[in-house]
Amino acid sequence: MKAFIRRYIGFIVTLIVFAAFILILPGYREKSLSMIVFQSKTMLLVIPPIFILLGLLDVWVPREKMMKYMGPGSGAKGGILAFLLGSFAAGPLYGAFPVAAVLMKKGASFTNILIFIGAWSTTKIPMLLFEMSALGLRFALSRLAIDIAGILIIAIAIKRSLSKTEVEAMYARAEKLV
Amino acid sequence: MDTIILYVIAGAGLLASLLKDRGKTIKALNKALKAFEGILPQFLVVLILVAVTLAVLDTATIARYLGNGSGPLGVIVAALVGAITLIPGFVAFPAAAALLNAGAGATQIAAFVSSLMMVGVVTLPMEIKYFGRRAALLRNGFAFIFSFVAAIFVGWVVGL
Repeated sequence: MKAFIRRYIGFIVTLIVFAAFILILPGYREKSLSMIVFQSKTMLLVIPPIFILLGLLDVWVPREKMMKYMGPGSGAKGGILAFLLGSFAAGPLYGAFPVAAVLMKKGASFTNILIFIGAWSTTKIPMLLFEMSALGLRFALSRLAIDIAGILIIAIAIKRSLSKTEVEAMYARAEKLV
Repeated sequence: MDTIILYVIAGAGLLASLLKDRGKTIKALNKALKAFEGILPQFLVVLILVAVTLAVLDTATIARYLGNGSGPLGVIVAALVGAITLIPGFVAFPAAAALLNAGAGATQIAAFVSSLMMVGVVTLPMEIKYFGRRAALLRNGFAFIFSFVAAIFVGWVVGL
């Protein structure tokens, strides 16, 4: 019970703040509540396939394979693979985090993890096609071009800002979460 | 559409796995369940945060912020709105297109779209759980700064 409360304390606090929010600002009450119902539906629809993929990845992809293709020694090929994996993904960015944790557990390098998350966030192919039709070819393609550069720059910047111990702690954390 | 693709990929993977090895498939599903249970507390927090942000900043309100804002201040407002909201692309792109047609600047719209996709303030609890506070804040910070670079570039190309 104690462990349960400790795990869910953040949620409990958020719930209390939320209750206070709709009491103080009743104008938002109906909208917030219907949004929670709507968002639960959307998020619960997205979650199952992502976690099934994560489970399958974990069971079927051997660590040696992942090390070879996306590990620290995989070079540019590993980076391109990480980029393609992220770009062919579908779903919101929060879906990328658990998948990234499996990739980390399997030995993908930190740079490749960052490239994967960057690609998932912004160069997803289904979204790109949609962006082209809605906002025009020029808009979508120029954004794609600058984003590819941005993903790399952000990956390098994050890697440089973190110490080796911090990255190791992150890998230990991923191990526990999958 | 995004979700359908996800289901097709996951379904195909599950089927292939099941045909090859039933035991391993059950193990994979157990892993999936356990991993989800592990992130559930953060997930629930994110759910409430997303709902409240979208209740306060609905599409009409966002459109007003993006449509009126011009100049550098408009770009900053657009990037901030994009950073704290979580809207799927199939809702955001048509809304952004309508704003562009109504005369909003391409730079502002690009700042909004970029930070909407790369920065996730409301999903931070989940990101922190997976990557730790520092890495999560760094990623979002760098992505936020970058969305201005992307916006200026896209605005320049569209205006050529």
